[in-house]
Amino acid sequence: MKLVVIGNGMVGHKLLEQLTAQAVPDLEITVLCEESRPAYDRVHLSSYFSGTSAEELSLVTPNFFEQDNLLLKLNTKGVAIDRAARVVVTSNGERVTYDKLVLATGSYPFVPPVPGRDRPGCLVYRTIEDLEAMTDWGKKSKVGVVIGGGLLGLECAKALTDMGLVTHVVEFAPRLMAVQIDDGGGRVLRNKIEALGVTVHTQRNTLEIVDGSGMGIGGRHAMKFADGSQLETDMIVFSAGIRPRDELARVSGLEMGERGGIKVDKNCLTSDANIYAIGECALSGGKIYGLVAPGYEMARVVAQHISGSGAEFNGADMSTKLKLMGVDVASIGDAHAATPGSRCYVFTDERKQIYKKMVTSADGKELIGAVLVGEASEYGTLLQMMLNRMPLPESPEFLILPSSDGLAKPGLGVDALPDSAQICSCNDVSKGALCAAVEGGARTVGELKSCTKAGTSCGGCVALVTQIMKSELKRQGVAVNNHLCEHFAYSRQELYHLVRVHKIRSFRDLVHQHGSGLGCDICKPAVASILASCWNEFVLSKPNAALQDSNDYFLGNIQKDGTYSIIPRIAGGEITPQGLIVIGQVAQKYGLYTKITGGQRIDMFGAQVHQLPAIWRELTDAGFESGHAYGKALRTVKSCVGSTWCRYGMLDSVSMALKIEHRYKGLRSPHKLKSAVSGCTRECAEAQSKDFGVIATEKGWNLYVCGNGGMKPRHAELLAGDLDDETLIRYLDRFLMFYIRTADRLQRTSVWRDNMEGGLDYLKDVIVNDSLGIGAELESEMASIVDSYEDEWKKAIDDPETLKRFRSFVNSDAGDNNVVFVQERGQIRPATADEKKSRFKGIPVVEAEA
Amino acid sequence: MDGGSLGIAAAEWVCVCAADDIWPNIGVCALVRNNQIAVFRLQDGDGVDHYYAIDNYDPQSDANVLSRGLTGSLGGRKVVASPIYKQHYDLVTGECLEDASQPVRAYAVRVDGGKIWVAV
Ligand code: SRM
Ligand SMILES: Cc1cc2nc3c(=O)[nH]c(=O)nc-3n(C[C@H](O)[C@H](O)[C@H](O)COP(=O)(O)OP(=O)(O)OC[C@H]3O[C@@H](n4cnc5c(N)ncnc54)[C@H](O)[C@@H]3O)c2cc1C
Ligand code: SF4
Ligand code: FES
Repeated sequence: MKLVVIGNGMVGHKLLEQLTAQAVPDLEITVLCEESRPAYDRVHLSSYFSGTSAEELSLVTPNFFEQDNLLLKLNTKGVAIDRAARVVVTSNGERVTYDKLVLATGSYPFVPPVPGRDRPGCLVYRTIEDLEAMTDWGKKSKVGVVIGGGLLGLECAKALTDMGLVTHVVEFAPRLMAVQIDDGGGRVLRNKIEALGVTVHTQRNTLEIVDGSGMGIGGRHAMKFADGSQLETDMIVFSAGIRPRDELARVSGLEMGERGGIKVDKNCLTSDANIYAIGECALSGGKIYGLVAPGYEMARVVAQHISGSGAEFNGADMSTKLKLMGVDVASIGDAHAATPGSRCYVFTDERKQIYKKMVTSADGKELIGAVLVGEASEYGTLLQMMLNRMPLPESPEFLILPSSDGLAKPGLGVDALPDSAQICSCNDVSKGALCAAVEGGARTVGELKSCTKAGTSCGGCVALVTQIMKSELKRQGVAVNNHLCEHFAYSRQELYHLVRVHKIRSFRDLVHQHGSGLGCDICKPAVASILASCWNEFVLSKPNAALQDSNDYFLGNIQKDGTYSIIPRIAGGEITPQGLIVIGQVAQKYGLYTKITGGQRIDMFGAQVHQLPAIWRELTDAGFESGHAYGKALRTVKSCVGSTWCRYGMLDSVSMALKIEHRYKGLRSPHKLKSAVSGCTRECAEAQSKDFGVIATEKGWNLYVCGNGGMKPRHAELLAGDLDDETLIRYLDRFLMFYIRTADRLQRTSVWRDNMEGGLDYLKDVIVNDSLGIGAELESEMASIVDSYEDEWKKAIDDPETLKRFRSFVNSDAGDNNVVFVQERGQIRPATADEKKSRFKGIPVVEAEA
Repeated sequence: MDGGSLGIAAAEWVCVCAADDIWPNIGVCALVRNNQIAVFRLQDGDGVDHYYAIDNYDPQSDANVLSRGLTGSLGGRKVVASPIYKQHYDLVTGECLEDASQPVRAYAVRVDGGKIWVAV
């Protein structure tokens, strides 16, 4: 089917998204876009003034228009429709045939026919080009006037004040936002806006615009009003409403509304069964919908209709919540209490400038409308009450009255909402869909937004989305969030305390006393880590060995082919030439691949289990130790060369890195720990991207904590500054022990910190000011761990019992014949599946010499 | 090894190691006629040992690694987690809990005279 869409605005684009998501077979779409760029977010257009770029406003996901069945023609206007031949004629003279045509031409700003309206500096506000023109004129102006005190007019006024102009709003009606809010609300809004320095003129009818007194800056134009007064200004923006862009439909003979708009039925079909109209150009049920959510709904209806399934557009709720010049304004349903017999509750606080009104049905049982100005936190609750026709509580007035001490507001309690309740109207997301996403693992509003799209358009629903997420998390949370796994109904922190308090020394005792079942790959390593942090016993002792995952069990990192890598500790990245030679010799002898890691040390890859002890023996004989690259433990303390060599170095960063690395090596923790020490603020060691980083200053060491690189980089934050060596180590002891004690399983310091109530201040309090009085305790725990450090590789090779386990087979000394290497760039690498099939290409496993 | 006309594979018991060669709750790998078989020893809450055997080959990672996985229980089933991508295999049936289309073979095990025997 050949589909032509005229207009690539917000609604037209939503249609394309819906259609491509549905993957309708054999659909070829041509899009005519009059503008010079594809769809962008008009709703957030004003943010362009505060620095959002045109690219950031774009609604087009990367590669969207690269899809085969989509052809976008920019700078191309549809100028005529030959309905009999089913052809659209474009401004380039092209003729595009269609089976179905969709008009999504939007609307244009209405400019009242005032003489002088086309003088230079008289502008409108709809496209990015309009904004560019406003910015240009703003630079040349001191005074700006907005004609129209509606929603868009006020947004525009904000833009003008932000540009530093003396700003006026001229409104024909007796109040601001006459459509959405009532007199009481309008009054409060006006006061608030005037308090921000904008002059509001209501009931002003502009007769003409003529030359002002000063032709340059300050009085380019003079606006003459019907009451005889006049106002001088440099620029004027018309924002007096919108009119549907129906000219193309009109000349093509489609049926029109009396006051404009393309008439459509419930399927959004026009009077021609092959032509749809959606968005702001369409007249549905006698109404033009000037908001994006109803337009999106129309797009969904048409997408479904085109793909053959039925859906109807039955009108839409026009409730809105906005922040206009920093003032919250919301309008729900029948804001003007126009329904016969309806009754109102009104609350006004003239001091704080807050106005709230609720409109109920004649019997007082249901909410049918509301106006909120100055504060609109109840918007979500009230809207849901109206949409879901929920019964009002006993004393409905408390819904809008400020809560007095101790008296909780009768919230609607999101739990009371039905699953079908539409929470995000822009993107048609129901409560059920949000709950499902939470169940599926979404844990933050950001994640919910990206997987459901809720809250990504006007943003009005975000508060409610957050509430629903919290309550849903709470509902499932206890089980999902905190409990380690099915075997322990405790968080890692709780288990840590159980282990310490009850002096538990084995997994068996712990699961026996506080858990159930045999354990699993989640709880076993977590408990192993807790036991190691608490008692620092050899990880491969008989009872502990079965808790370690393969990396910890074999003291190396398992690779894709089942071999292991070996990373000796190279503290601070400092290594002697002799050390380098030994590593080279060992790697050569055992045929290992070598690589410099991102952590300032050397990795050797490709060893099989039975080769590990021999390799470690050679390394330990040369003075190397395990680098714990396999463990949730301290990894590397990177260093820069520091004051010893570097002309800028303030302190000896290498010595400090060595000191730190040797102090904390082997320390088991909830997740891996990385550190670095830089000799000056140039920060060559990248200390601010580490779990704990140290930077030398003129006066001592600055300590930064809770940063990391990896998946979600986070800068570390300054915990304390200008420390001497001793204080630095003391704070580090406390910080690390506090983290080990309280973090969740696999929670890096950054995430731990982000979830900490009280944030950095609290952490500073605990570590620096010892506000919990546990400083000494943390230090002594750390001291006992530091004192009982032993190199794990050495322990393993010195213990015959442990050594026994380092065999590929319990009943043979052979190696795994599925481990096959090929040569690349002068070294080995694992063979691919294809390469393995032809064994001849591979070189056999390199056998370790005994 | 073939059960002749009946078509039933007649099991042959092969001794792979001493019971003590396997530490509690750990697996080892035995080489049986060029086949790699992972043998596990799981201790229940009362300290009684049970032995299981499945293929060492992990179809999800194309590597011989299952004997090196962590053992435990999930919803009452005895399992081992592959050390590479952490899929769980049922030690009794060989079924992969995450992907039923990729099971491994399970073998009968018995302890006799302090030795572990596997039926192949
Ligand atoms: C070898 C090395 C890559 C290299 O060739 O350079 C490496 C290799 C692995 N990294 Fe890394 N990372 C290595 C430096 C880094 C760095 C750079 C650094 O330390 O300065 C980072 C970013 C810094 C950071 O962590 O904040 C890094 C961020 C990660 C992450 C993401 C962590 C995060 O919190 O987002 C993982 C995944 C994880 O730990 O869960 C990871 C996990 C891994 C694992 C363990 C993945 C795995 O399970 O197989 C890799 C195996 C290591 C092995 O086989 O020896 N690796 N990894 C580097 C070893 C450094 C060392 O000497 O110990
Ligand atoms: C500053 C501003 C703030 C707003 N704030 C909100 C808000 O907070 N909440 C809300 O719900 N709504 C808001 N709106 C309204 C919202 O932007 C519109 O409802 C929405 O953009 C309508 O989408 P549409 O696709 O129907 O029209 P448009 O987005 O205007 O798209 C129509 C497109 O069709 C093109 N076109 C027209 N005729 C032709 C032709 N013959 N050939 C080719 N192309 C053609 C036009 O150039 C345009 O690109 C705001 C609007 C503005 C301007
Ligand atoms: S951070 Fe850079 S500049 Fe400073 S001492 Fe280290 S190497 Fe030199
Ligand atoms: S209601 Fe507009 S983004 Fe959700």
